[in-house]
Amino acid sequence: MAQYTIDKTLDARGLSCPMPSVKTALALEQMEIGQVIEVLTDDPVSKKDLPVWAHSTGNELLEVREEGKTITIYLRKA
Amino acid sequence: MIDQIKFKGSVTLVLFSGDLDKAIATFVIATAAASMGMPVNIFFTFWGLNVIKKKGGLIKGQNWMQKMLNIMNYGHAKKLAISKMNMLGMGPAMLKVMMSQKKVPSLHEFIQTAHQMGVKFYPCEMSMTVMGLKKEDFIDECQDVIGAVTYLSIAKESNINLFI
Repeated sequence: MAQYTIDKTLDARGLSCPMPSVKTALALEQMEIGQVIEVLTDDPVSKKDLPVWAHSTGNELLEVREEGKTITIYLRKA
Repeated sequence: MIDQIKFKGSVTLVLFSGDLDKAIATFVIATAAASMGMPVNIFFTFWGLNVIKKKGGLIKGQNWMQKMLNIMNYGHAKKLAISKMNMLGMGPAMLKVMMSQKKVPSLHEFIQTAHQMGVKFYPCEMSMTVMGLKKEDFIDECQDVIGAVTYLSIAKESNINLFI
């Protein structure tokens, strides 16, 4: 576990492309710069898409973890 | 008057088709682009106008030809055909079940999400005139009714332009 505290958890499990990115974008809108969001998804596309999303929107990708079917992505709002 | 600066680097989609599958594809791109922070404009023209029509009001138009066209072309976001294997409505019914099983939002939900994310909907003036449709025939999420020149002035400023 890296050095950050999770400010918000978004459970996007069960949702398919593009909804995990859409929900993440909407959730980050409500958050402050520097806060960390934890996104849970079981959509295999999102494992690739969310890091690309973070890169293209300028938010920082902290970590991608995979446990079974669940992929957990940590992002810091920039 | 359209403020050109506002459209710099935006995504502009033209939805010409009134098919459910193509409309969903349009909204997948639109919501994904909006999530990436790009301004998104959708220009609905001709058959694509069905996607943003309000439910009800079978008879629209001023003359008998427009009325006949609107009766035969009746549709709204929850009542659209698909471009292949429509089979008198069985195709869309099955597609809707398959998509909800995979938790893909319905077209109606996509429209709500897109609107919430600031996607702009523009009905095409010329198609509306031909078909005898009024601004009131469309859902309230729609912006101004615009013509081809305004569309092009937006498209010129956009980085991504698609005709669907």
